Amino acid sequence: MRFLKRAALTALVAFGGTMAAADGIDDPARASYYDAFKGKKVAYVPVAMGFDLTEGWAMGLREALEPLGVEFDIRDPNWSTSAGAQAITSLISEKPDVLVVHNPDVQSYARLLKKAEAAGIYVVQVNMRSSYSTDAFIGADYVGMGEQIGARLVEKCSPANGGSGKIAITQGVLTAAASAYQMKGISNVLAKHPEIQLVSNQAADWDSTKARNIAATVIQQHPDLCAIAGFWDVMDVGTSAAIKESGQDVYLLTQGGGNKTACDGLKKGTYSEVVVYHVPGQARDMANVIKQLLQAQPEPGAIKSALFTPLQFLTKDNITEDSCWSLPGQQ
Amino acid sequence: MNLIGRLSQEQIVFGLAVLLCLAFTIFVPGFLTTNNLVILVRSVSILGILGVAMGIVVIGRGIDLSLVAVMAISVAWSLQLVSGGMPLAQALIFGLAFSILIGVINGVFIAYVEVPAIFATLAMGTAIYGFGRYFLFDLDVIYFTSDADSLLWLGEGTVLGLPAPIIMFIGVCIAAHLFLKFTKNGSFLRAVGDNAAAARITGVPVRPIIILQYMISASIGFLAGCVTAASVASMNTRVAHSTFVYDVILVVVLGGIGLSGGRGGVRNVVVGTLLIGVLINGMTILNIQYTVQNVIKGVILLLAIVIDTLLNPRDEQTAQQGDI
Repeated sequence: MRFLKRAALTALVAFGGTMAAADGIDDPARASYYDAFKGKKVAYVPVAMGFDLTEGWAMGLREALEPLGVEFDIRDPNWSTSAGAQAITSLISEKPDVLVVHNPDVQSYARLLKKAEAAGIYVVQVNMRSSYSTDAFIGADYVGMGEQIGARLVEKCSPANGGSGKIAITQGVLTAAASAYQMKGISNVLAKHPEIQLVSNQAADWDSTKARNIAATVIQQHPDLCAIAGFWDVMDVGTSAAIKESGQDVYLLTQGGGNKTACDGLKKGTYSEVVVYHVPGQARDMANVIKQLLQAQPEPGAIKSALFTPLQFLTKDNITEDSCWSLPGQQ
Repeated sequence: MNLIGRLSQEQIVFGLAVLLCLAFTIFVPGFLTTNNLVILVRSVSILGILGVAMGIVVIGRGIDLSLVAVMAISVAWSLQLVSGGMPLAQALIFGLAFSILIGVINGVFIAYVEVPAIFATLAMGTAIYGFGRYFLFDLDVIYFTSDADSLLWLGEGTVLGLPAPIIMFIGVCIAAHLFLKFTKNGSFLRAVGDNAAAARITGVPVRPIIILQYMISASIGFLAGCVTAASVASMNTRVAHSTFVYDVILVVVLGGIGLSGGRGGVRNVVVGTLLIGVLINGMTILNIQYTVQNVIKGVILLLAIVIDTLLNPRDEQTAQQGDI
């Protein structure tokens, strides 16, 4: 009798087992993955909305997080540092789970970010970092980028390679991480190359009209100028216009998030070369870091990590169809 | 002292510009070359065009703080329409009509509702920027598409070796000068600026003239916007939020058009513009940092105003009510 029972049970278990295998096995870690995101809030404070970088990051984050049930909230300070600081202050009391911050300069938000972490909010910084390091930074390694750009300028303009050795630099806002750290990198390289003469080093405040006037004057003073390194492609549309008007052959090395306008600019000859930190890639990195933080739930501020975005040096000759990305509705 | 005392602010500023020119010629190699002087004037020609627009309003005893916002938003909208497939000419007409409409609304608020010009236009500037960003386009910077390329001439073309922006500046100056000196409405505008009550008693249509002056400034603003956009093949609407409009006022006041209205002309704007141009150009050649440039610019402007106040002190006769 006992034997019969055992046999029947074995048969039943075996039968059940094959049933389960035919229908698939439930992933035991699946439910906890989705539970980790239910009802979570991510707040995003860029320098301003309305341009390729910040719109691209917002689009990427929204696409990655909203399907998981994460609430994604944008606070747009529209280029005002004080409005940004206010937004972060009020967010600290609203206590979202994650705060994504794009710093206008290295100082302004430093104390606030520290406070946010102390209040139990994970802080992720994007592209322009603050002097205070938080849970994660996703963006270009600007010092390294400056060194690479410096090396590229030396290669293009060194008298040994037939250049005049004269270069100019158009920065953005002097105190922004993208300007200050990058300039450090370029200076590191130029210090080793006395044959390269930096004839002009000006800040155009991310403004194309200012960049144009600076470039026009510099080229007029130095008709044998070899190259201009600009710190943002949107601003350097102005630099390019000045070069075109002067009729001189000046190499324009600029940089940006790899939006379609950059590739169009390379094709049309607006820019000679664009250093690209791929914005959808950065958005994905950010989303992944956020997912990891929400699942692992470390103490905010306990882990300080950075993911430096890989850089691409694009020229007319090496761009492909998918080198650049576009926003919805962008032609 | 008597001779110096009779100098007007315009002459003082012109003298300062000449002195600066001399100093730069001596200390900065390559300053006094034809090419550099052309670049100098070119770089301030948009400021100058806007200065003429602002000058006309200030002579009529008003002020237009929405000028830069109107310029940015109307031109950006035109470019947006072109990229949506509308023919260039039609899009430009739409943009111009939009800016004139804003001018009319400004004028109605100021002339009929009797809101002080400084508040009406300040609010309008903010409102227009917000309206544009929310309803007309999504991005801060609107680029030229290939259909708008014929407009690029305004920024890149030349006539007899002179860049198109300078030609436009000269054109606007001549037109404004003729308007102020030789047309009936021009004289009316000056009369309204000098003494609105007296003008009304003598039969000048004061309120329509006020509306007219804001319409003129908005249309010139649209033209300046086209030149700006054509120069850099894009329109950056962020300029609406910058301090650019104060630079424009500075050019006007520095040149000697009193904010109390009724005084000055196009020549004052030209002189003010040239001083700013010489300053910026010389400092850029010297590779002075932008932040330091701002400080120097501010100090020289203060200096000009102090000299003017010392040489032409205000008293009950020269000061007017409403003088800022």
